[in-house]
Amino acid sequence: MQKTYQIEVDCANCAAKMEVAAGKLEGVAAVTVNYMTQKMTVVFAEGADVAATIQAVAKTCKKIDSDFSIEL
Amino acid sequence: MTKKQKKLRRRILIAAGLLGALHFIPVTGPVRFFLYLIPYFVIGYDLLKKAAIGIANGQVLDENFLMAIATVGALILGLTQSGDYAEAVAVMLFFQIGELFESYAVGKSRKNIAALMDIRPDHANILQNGQLVQVDPETVEAGTVIFVKPGEKVPLDGILLSGNSTLDTSALTGESLPRDVSAGDEIVSGCINLTGLLQIRTTKAFGESTVSKILELVENASSRKSRSEDFVTKFARYYTPAVCIAALAVACVPPVANLLLGSQPEFSVWLYRALSFLVASCPCALVISIPLTFFAGIGGASREGILVKGSNYLEALSKTRTVVFDKTGTLTRGAFEVVDIHPVDMTVDALLEYAALAESASCHPISKCLQRRYGNQPDHKRVSHIQEISGHGVTAIVDGKTVAAGNHKLMQHLSIPYIREQAVGTVIHVAVGGSYAGYILIADTLKSTAQAAMVALKKAGIQKTVMLTGDNAATARQIGDQLQIDRVCAQLLPGDKVTQVEALLAESSGGKLAFVGDGINDAPVLGRADIGIAMGAMGADAAIEAADVVLMDDDPMKIAKAIRISRKCLGIVYQNIVFAIAVKLLALILVAFGAANMWLAIFADVGVMVLAVLNAIRAMFVKKC
Repeated sequence: MQKTYQIEVDCANCAAKMEVAAGKLEGVAAVTVNYMTQKMTVVFAEGADVAATIQAVAKTCKKIDSDFSIEL
Repeated sequence: MTKKQKKLRRRILIAAGLLGALHFIPVTGPVRFFLYLIPYFVIGYDLLKKAAIGIANGQVLDENFLMAIATVGALILGLTQSGDYAEAVAVMLFFQIGELFESYAVGKSRKNIAALMDIRPDHANILQNGQLVQVDPETVEAGTVIFVKPGEKVPLDGILLSGNSTLDTSALTGESLPRDVSAGDEIVSGCINLTGLLQIRTTKAFGESTVSKILELVENASSRKSRSEDFVTKFARYYTPAVCIAALAVACVPPVANLLLGSQPEFSVWLYRALSFLVASCPCALVISIPLTFFAGIGGASREGILVKGSNYLEALSKTRTVVFDKTGTLTRGAFEVVDIHPVDMTVDALLEYAALAESASCHPISKCLQRRYGNQPDHKRVSHIQEISGHGVTAIVDGKTVAAGNHKLMQHLSIPYIREQAVGTVIHVAVGGSYAGYILIADTLKSTAQAAMVALKKAGIQKTVMLTGDNAATARQIGDQLQIDRVCAQLLPGDKVTQVEALLAESSGGKLAFVGDGINDAPVLGRADIGIAMGAMGADAAIEAADVVLMDDDPMKIAKAIRISRKCLGIVYQNIVFAIAVKLLALILVAFGAANMWLAIFADVGVMVLAVLNAIRAMFVKKC
């Protein structure tokens, strides 16, 4: 399953880092963080708990840039 | 400006004012230090806080951390050695000015590009209890009758029931000439109704309408990353740690070496250089400007009616060396037209009239194009005894005379001698009253810009053009010669086209191969080519799905234009990569040898970023491409 979220990310470098970090999380098959459109597309792994996974993704991103926010 | 940006601007102004004022205040010692701390914290408190959070979260190499270390280090050096605190504050100040500029420029171009593709309709008008009410287009079901007033966007695809108007399709196609529509025409969502009130029966729900397909495509476009973007991400990943290690080396190695050699270690000099190194270490200019360039390029192209599905395709497009065309619907109009009327012993108009009247009852495409050329409504009272002879043509009585119109088989069947015409196309022989009256030649015609498009492609550096067609060899050769296409492959079945493209792919070395089709039954070929370009996609959502690049109108000139836009965009990308890396390296070298100070390091950092961003925004302006 794939879902796109509206996000707020302030630096392009952070966006790239988030992509790498979030991509490694359990339940995440792939992530693209689009700095230009301020959108994050998450492809969830088969059978993943979407709600829990996206929380983990948000937490990871927040660690990289404390100003990060996501509209769930 | 957003609230956040305004706040930052205020802080920058206050800090700059304080810094200027402090320059003239003659205090020394600890008081001076504490006075300078005021602007330092005004401008840098958020960054210091972020750096602290970053350290707590294990993010030690982000730009906040580096700037914090560099400025705190400079302050300590000032306190212990030089007494110069202005430098640390100024570095922080310029860094924040850079941040403000970056966020403003990116926000602005994001908005501009979004405005370019502002085709999202706000509402649909439907009739409820005799009154027009505005509803959300998403709630309107297919088959509903909607009304579009002058000046409004058409919210959903449909068929025009009544009303004559002109539509502005420029947001979709980039074509500035308005299009006339009348009852029965298909109307595509996203166009703007210019003059009359339109009454439209919708054929699709909002999610399936052209406008939502396009919006979806454009919004997701820059998520597909190009190789240049991947390169920059990878580069940034190694660059920052590398510079930090180098900074550490600058701080430690020369002083230790000096000690070993018995000379002065000069710790503070080398520490200062190491801190300057850190200031110059941010890869911001690259990381921000490359995606911005692609975004701007894709946005600018979409304004011209060229939708590119991703940065990777824009990149591939710029490397195109071979362009393969489908013939029908791509180079030709895909519609038959009367191209020649050759009467024998009668006028051109008379011949056309006989043929049109005789064929007036037929719904064959040939009959339709005769009627189109004839122009008048056929007077059915003048025609009787119409007989269609399948595979031959028709016979009828027109104005009391027997008229036969059809192919040569019909003439042979009626034993009427006829002119053997070798021209390409379909020949309709006409006999009136049992004697030969001439023939009408019907053929698929070239698009008016096809020839110019080929010249433009060659000019854009395309090395090979190929035309694939299912049509017969004679027709194909004639068109190929006319357009000066390098290679023509005729009599292909749809499956053969894939084989041909695969063979061409194997032949071509280095450059990319683009296939241009009309998106109707050539989806496999579109998918197989390096870049699939579908044209005339307004309303054809199958094409939008299958292709990598979608041309909204069916003008072949747009192919060369798309290539030129991609070249411009990639040119800017390379300029920025080379420029940013070169300036950074130069700054690092100068700093390491003590030829430049922290001021130059911050100017190199912020200055390059500003220039690279401004350069990136250039990609949006593609009108003259």
